[in-house]
Amino acid sequence: MRNAFAAEITKLAAERDDLVLLSGDIGNRLFDKFKEIAPGRFFNCGVAEAGMIGVAAGMAACGLRPVCYTIASFLTYRVIEQIRLDLGYHHQRVLLVGTGAGLSYASLGATHHSVEDMGMLRLIPGLAVLAPGDAVELRSAISAALDYEGPVYLRIGKKGEPVVHQNPVDFQMGRALRVREGGRVWILALGNMLPVAMQASDILESRGISTGVASMGSLKPLDEALLREVFAGADLVATAEEHSVLGGLGTAAAEWLAREGRGAKARLLTFGTPDEFLHQTTHQLSARAWAGLDAETMAASIERSLQV
Amino acid sequence: MSFSNDQLERIAAGLRGEVIGLSHRAKTPHLGSSLSCIDLLVAAYWGFLRTDPADPGNPDRDRLVLSKGHAAPALYTALCARGFFPRHLLEEYGHDGAALAEQPAPGCAPGVEWATGSLGHGLAVGVGCALAARVQKRDYRTLVILSDGECNEGSVWEAALFAAAQKLGSLTVMVDYNKWQATGRSNEVMALDPLREKWESFGWESYEVDGHDHAEIRAALACAEIPGREKPLAIVAHTVKGRGVSFMEDDNNWHYRIPTAEELVAARVELGLE
Repeated sequence: MRNAFAAEITKLAAERDDLVLLSGDIGNRLFDKFKEIAPGRFFNCGVAEAGMIGVAAGMAACGLRPVCYTIASFLTYRVIEQIRLDLGYHHQRVLLVGTGAGLSYASLGATHHSVEDMGMLRLIPGLAVLAPGDAVELRSAISAALDYEGPVYLRIGKKGEPVVHQNPVDFQMGRALRVREGGRVWILALGNMLPVAMQASDILESRGISTGVASMGSLKPLDEALLREVFAGADLVATAEEHSVLGGLGTAAAEWLAREGRGAKARLLTFGTPDEFLHQTTHQLSARAWAGLDAETMAASIERSLQV
Repeated sequence: MSFSNDQLERIAAGLRGEVIGLSHRAKTPHLGSSLSCIDLLVAAYWGFLRTDPADPGNPDRDRLVLSKGHAAPALYTALCARGFFPRHLLEEYGHDGAALAEQPAPGCAPGVEWATGSLGHGLAVGVGCALAARVQKRDYRTLVILSDGECNEGSVWEAALFAAAQKLGSLTVMVDYNKWQATGRSNEVMALDPLREKWESFGWESYEVDGHDHAEIRAALACAEIPGREKPLAIVAHTVKGRGVSFMEDDNNWHYRIPTAEELVAARVELGLE
């Protein structure tokens, strides 16, 4: 996803001269092309994330459209107050791009896991939270994010994630993308869980359980129309995210269900990381397995839930 | 627009009287911190900043970010006196529903560039403003006023390092070095001294001035006018908390104390306003 981000942001920088890119000392060589076409508009802000957010806010207030790029955990936890005040309170049009989000950097340990980031940022008024499902969706999401009239947190993975969307998509804020229509079951996948959700759907379909999949690339604003439809029509709705079961998509769906769920038929199942730190040495796939975020485990859980 | 030092001192005395009145009427604290930076604000708005009160949103205007948001009353009185907004806004200060709060809100009044109050934000924002000028090929200048207590915040020094790396000659910082923070001597809480040398070692051109001497402040600010400069400019202004009123000066109780009616009158007499 990060290569798709670099390619798309470079393309956009050629089209608009107000776009500036700020990096927290990462992305070695990733932005060479950007620097080539927009030499005065790339800023390595150093290992100084608080400064980077403030600088971006000041730039936005003066008419530029800053994009801040660094590892998701450092872009969010460390500087939550800068995000809250300089971007949220001032409602500045800054795009924050957190790379290696979720369990992408599982092997680097909990310092690099970002499984609480969306829960924190979702609380900031006026700030949108996006997590596109693959590189195709990401390219469209960047333009939607730049068109948004407030700050946006865009959460992406690392590189080499499977591509699910076979054709270009029209990403819109507050709109999920329906990838596969379903019947008894819907899996609402966030970010890089989309390919896993597709695999889980394949497994369930092979067992005769019609399972739809939607990519919930816009966590905030949330696609409430889709929630209304799938909760009214299906027997079970599952959320899947590389994020804690607290605060992210599962929580947002549960909040919606508690608030607006009259007429809902389906029960809710939330797949995410447990409310604990992951201490053992692990890679992304084994970390997902630890959290029950693999297709087999998800399919088995869904099937079991349908029987009780 | 050129003012003599005597005129600037008289303007500053008037603003001090206003600020003490605001604190008394609205029962709001941080009086000592407001009084210590009045002369810096007067030097900025009556001589340095190229801003037009009738056109406060002009993209080419010089920016002033008051990063020590708790001195907002000092900023409000300066902006009002310079004609950025009508007097009734000042009179409503601190009331429920008023535009002007104890610390500035985003866009609360013409001339207020940034909502501050949580310390350590303003310098990075100022760096962003200065970089935006470079990208957009505008020639405005950016001035950020920090408190000494604020220099406890690591984010100040992140922004300082970055500004020097970016050779932001259009950026100026004035530190209101009144030697007190909320609950103690700023040099006992954190080892700030030698403060000017810290800025110098961070790659800034730096000066120390008496922050109540308009000739000295003016001379230091004049360095910001030198064309083609590459280093950002830091002016460490030695000030006195509560400056201008004998019974408030260097007494940190006035970080939180509210003046009584009698104290307000006594202060105005000392300032030559009664």
